[in-house]
Amino acid sequence: MSVSPTWYLVLAAVLFTVGAVGLLVRRNVLVMFMCIELMLNAANLTFVTYSRALNDVGGQSAVFFVLVVAAAEVVVGLGIIVSLFRRKFGATADDAHILKG
Amino acid sequence: MIHAAFLIPLFPLAGFAVLAAFGRRLGNPLAGWFATAMVLFSFIVTALVFAGLFQHAPDARHFTQHWFTWLGVDHLRVDAGLYVDPLSMTMAAFITGVSTLIHLYSIGYMEHDEDFSKFFVYLNLFVFSMLMLVLGDNFLLSFFGWEGVGVCSYFLISFWFERPSAASAGKKAMIYNRIGDAGFLAAIFLIFEKTGSVQYRVVFAHLGHLSTGTLVAIALLLFLGAAGKSAQIPLYPWLADAMEGPTPVSALIHAATMVTAGVYLMCRINPILHLAPDAAHVIAWVGACTAFLGASIGCAQNDIKKVLAYSTISQLGYMFLAAGSGAYVAAIFLMLTHAFYKALLFLSAGSVIHAMDDEQDIKKMGALAKLMPLTAIAFLVGWLSIAGIPPFSGFWSKGEVLINAWAVSPALWAIGAFTAMLTAYYMGREYFLVFLGQRRWVEAHAGGDGHGHVLEVPNHHSAKLGADPGATGARSTEETGSEPGHGSGGLHPHDARWVMSAPLVVLSFLAVFGGFIDLPFHPNFVLLERWLDPVVGHSLLVTHFSVAQEWAFGIADAVLALIGATVAASAWRRTAERPALEPRFLTMAWFIDWSFDHLIARPSSLFAGFASAVIDNRVIDGAVNGVGALARIGGLGLRKVQNGYVRTYALGLLAGAVVLIAFIVYRAGV
Amino acid sequence: MMARTLLAASTLSLPHVNYTAIMPELIALGGSLLLLAVAAVTPRRLPTTVYAAMTSGIGIASLVASLVLYHDVRQGGAFVAIAHSIDVDGFSVLVMTLASCVLILTPMLAAGFFEREGLGGCEYYALACISVGGAMLMGAANDLVLIFLALEVLSIPLYVMAGLDYRREGSGEAALKYFLLGAFSSAIFVYGIALVYGATGSTNLGEIAAFLAHNVLVANGVLYGGMALLIVGFGFKVAAVPFHMWTPDVYQGSPTPAVGFMASIAKVGGFAAFLRVFISTLPTLSQTWKPVLWVIVIITVLLGAIAALVQRDVKRMLAYSSINHAGFILLGLQAATAKGATGSLYYLFAYSLLILGSFGVIAVVGGRGDTGHSIERYRGLARRSPLLAGAFALLLLAQAGAPFTTGFFAKLYVVEAAVAAHSYALAAVAMVSAAIAAFFYLRVVFVMFADTRLAEAPAGDAALVQAAGAPAVSAVGASGSGVFEPAVAGGGGVLLAEAPVRLEEETATPEASATGEEIRDGAVSAWTWSGLILTVGATVVFGIWPQPLVDFAQHAHLLF
Repeated sequence: MSVSPTWYLVLAAVLFTVGAVGLLVRRNVLVMFMCIELMLNAANLTFVTYSRALNDVGGQSAVFFVLVVAAAEVVVGLGIIVSLFRRKFGATADDAHILKG
Repeated sequence: MIHAAFLIPLFPLAGFAVLAAFGRRLGNPLAGWFATAMVLFSFIVTALVFAGLFQHAPDARHFTQHWFTWLGVDHLRVDAGLYVDPLSMTMAAFITGVSTLIHLYSIGYMEHDEDFSKFFVYLNLFVFSMLMLVLGDNFLLSFFGWEGVGVCSYFLISFWFERPSAASAGKKAMIYNRIGDAGFLAAIFLIFEKTGSVQYRVVFAHLGHLSTGTLVAIALLLFLGAAGKSAQIPLYPWLADAMEGPTPVSALIHAATMVTAGVYLMCRINPILHLAPDAAHVIAWVGACTAFLGASIGCAQNDIKKVLAYSTISQLGYMFLAAGSGAYVAAIFLMLTHAFYKALLFLSAGSVIHAMDDEQDIKKMGALAKLMPLTAIAFLVGWLSIAGIPPFSGFWSKGEVLINAWAVSPALWAIGAFTAMLTAYYMGREYFLVFLGQRRWVEAHAGGDGHGHVLEVPNHHSAKLGADPGATGARSTEETGSEPGHGSGGLHPHDARWVMSAPLVVLSFLAVFGGFIDLPFHPNFVLLERWLDPVVGHSLLVTHFSVAQEWAFGIADAVLALIGATVAASAWRRTAERPALEPRFLTMAWFIDWSFDHLIARPSSLFAGFASAVIDNRVIDGAVNGVGALARIGGLGLRKVQNGYVRTYALGLLAGAVVLIAFIVYRAGV
Repeated sequence: MMARTLLAASTLSLPHVNYTAIMPELIALGGSLLLLAVAAVTPRRLPTTVYAAMTSGIGIASLVASLVLYHDVRQGGAFVAIAHSIDVDGFSVLVMTLASCVLILTPMLAAGFFEREGLGGCEYYALACISVGGAMLMGAANDLVLIFLALEVLSIPLYVMAGLDYRREGSGEAALKYFLLGAFSSAIFVYGIALVYGATGSTNLGEIAAFLAHNVLVANGVLYGGMALLIVGFGFKVAAVPFHMWTPDVYQGSPTPAVGFMASIAKVGGFAAFLRVFISTLPTLSQTWKPVLWVIVIITVLLGAIAALVQRDVKRMLAYSSINHAGFILLGLQAATAKGATGSLYYLFAYSLLILGSFGVIAVVGGRGDTGHSIERYRGLARRSPLLAGAFALLLLAQAGAPFTTGFFAKLYVVEAAVAAHSYALAAVAMVSAAIAAFFYLRVVFVMFADTRLAEAPAGDAALVQAAGAPAVSAVGASGSGVFEPAVAGGGGVLLAEAPVRLEEETATPEASATGEEIRDGAVSAWTWSGLILTVGATVVFGIWPQPLVDFAQHAHLLF
């Protein structure tokens, strides 16, 4: 039984949406960040699917770039989050709202 | 010889650069002398170019001096270059000439100001900008000069910016001028859009392709610009406030040169006005109304400089009346003679203010003629000139304007003639109150403590707050030298030293004989008209008056002027209190400033105050007025959205994305 | 045998790497490594000015490399390099030049700040180099994946930079917000790339353009969706409404020199790629994306101007003002013409220098601790330090579009481009926004030049001032044609606002005195001065004589 590429695309879209909504509803900064990773991976899945469907290797190589970027973001992101936690342990994203207006 | 034209603006520019860099080191008075020399050189070059131009045949008296390509985007190409023709050279000659005199005067007037060199930096920059304005060979370059003089005017009005009224007067001038500038700029856009060029000669060559509506629009937009710069209705109120600047500034910028830039512009675009008679009519009528309005207000002012300011507004109105009537030669003629006698009047007034311990209220002067004979004579000459008493210069130039106005519409003539009578009257009033009558300043100064308290403040800066520092220093040194207990409160009005007197003498001479450059008796005598003919000849109003009619007009003018002067003499020679002649609506300048305040500014700020009190008392600052209040409410609403939570921002981002996709997909019809 | 087949199968044909084509990027990115290496091997911490000097040197080197490349391109024409992924044309060279200029100026305006704050170290400078390298790559990239990569190289250092000032809570918060939202938008962007790739079969810009030119797409939701997501990604980077919400918070919280840098470089990089992708790659879809940008431009210019009105924090105010500027730059993009691109580039040039200089001044005035950013702190600055106030006034007036500054020509060109593209309504709205924007620029200028003693001025003076304001107000509504009647309107509004509230403010917020330090011209470091002289000088010189810059910008679109 073969699964048509459409389903992969739909799955990716669903993952992407889950990630986006997750970012909106969660308060834990780490979880929010994981949601972003989820969205990036949804993009990766889309790349791979199209790469396969188009029989073109370019999409697959793009995935590596995205993965590297995601890794770099993790490094910086965790640094920022840790510095937030140092100021106040267990801080959520909502605790950071002194800048507004 | 005429190829030296580029030196004309270059000298003041060099002066500006040198003074800006080394002005403080040159110090007082060297910086002033340097600046004066630069303008004088410029005047000499102008005279040479003028003479060079004269050697050509009348139709060949113009050339363009190309410098470099200033900017070029697509087909918009603007060259920086000079356009030398009789009109621009006439302007340049009188600008540099009068500027030289006023620079010289300023050396004396500003001698005790601590910002002496800065003053001359601005003055030289002003002269440069003004020369670019008149010599530029395209609208954009003229606009460059136009902006430049505006900026200099702003700086110089607010020269003593420690004084709040000077600071706000500067702002007021800037705001009114900005409105006009917007019109000018819009006109330039329109001209470029329709003719593909901004160069005067190219634009004028293409006028045939333009519809009348376009021409009227261009002319009126340019007139809006001119009205701002030249203080015409409705953009005139700034000029009266501009008198906060030092008196030489009032003489140079706000009487002789800058404010006439609008008139120059109208004369420069005479081919456009010629093809847009409707716009020309508007200009003539606005000019006539301004002339009357200014003169009427001038009748009831007590500040020696305010009278002159309103008089300037009125005279500028005459010039626009002439330009709108198509009498460009008359406009330029009046501009020249006005520059002479108005500069003379201002400088004399400056001498009076200088001598009178910064007193500017003419009700507190009187009987100064004996003490300051030279100044009194100079002022008298100025008065007789502006009043139009033959054979002083004003008689000839104003007569020229009025006779042309009659040719367009007798109603315009009537307004002009009545205004001429008022002019003779209010200037006479000023003359009598200042120079004749009783010494009202004796009791004014002996009665109260006068300005004595100023002396107790050692800091020169603080002294500026109260008074005109040009004279403050002079007075301080003078007064400390005088014995205490003197009857007149330490005042010794006397004529100023030669650097201030010499310009008065020269200007007096010009005010008396300046009219002889354009005498109507014989075609050979109308020198100015023949000189300007290559520029304005095609669009000049053609009048057909017999010699007898011309004489009749001349006599009528003279009689009206004499009536005005006589009334002034009989009313003000002995007394300073005639409330019946100073109705409140004139003292309050027809309540125009007042109504701006009460009808527009105050309600809008009240409303805004209410709004901000209700919404957020803490953020009361901001743009509070009709437009501003709405924007503020919007801004405050936005503040609520910007609540500081990352989630909200992410939601905004996502919502934006969703709307965007929906929009695109909907548009694409997928 | 087996091994040989494997070898044959796995032989990758590596592309020829033309190093000169990416020399400016290499210099900038290599420069950051150099800085880090120097910091690592020196036993004691070097003074921050050493790093600053090095960074400026790196900037000059990359500027030279950019100009060499410019020369090559003018002589030999545009070319693509490194497997068609790098585009070397007038446009990318211009972006490189601009980014190099930013890199030269940034350390000059930052050194004084870091010296004063005692925040030594090479981090800021190394991050700036990386970010500049990313921005250059944004302009040169000819492949969507590379653009994504460059975008991240540009952005990630900025996240760190926002949080550099570990002492202030606001800095950490700014970093967190910038990072979370930036990563979020990156994810959206890369998903957009994936969709475009799926629809066109390639990520290479040239191939995408060729595909779209040769295939008529009746309705392709995937492509349109992908394009929309690309707009979101770029819109976030350049702070276009509604993707702007991070901007004010991040600008307010970040260390001031970092704000100046991120405000300029993020827009340079963001717009470089935005312009290239939409004008040169997706012109066939312009009927679809132009209306979208039409709406975005309108809300961006208006929101930026209006929201800035009510701000009392100067950094925050300039954040909104930069949103307004972003709208203007988008105006040139929306025109979708060569003229529009030229206008946008010119605007970018003008804006980058202006905003760098402005934040340079703010960094000085902010005082120790980087907290004194209330507008009240600027009251009477002209008296205390006339040069600083004069420079700031000039930069603000230029931002307001005052004539004979680069700001004026910048606005003129983009508006002209919009008019030439028959977007009259858009041009008019942009003008109105400029009119509103002039309010707050001039407010700061007037506050700086206001006499502190004005508080004692009689009430009658206020009335006089109000009278002056009144006609100006009516002028705003009436005219929308000139670029700088805004200045008029602004003047009026400010005057109106200033006079009545002065007394109250004087007593309410004695903040300047609370911080306890006076800003004096003499105390400002030579680094800052040189940076300010360069930015202000360029603003004025190219404002009076814009031809060289215009020529430069025009070569960009000619060689697209």
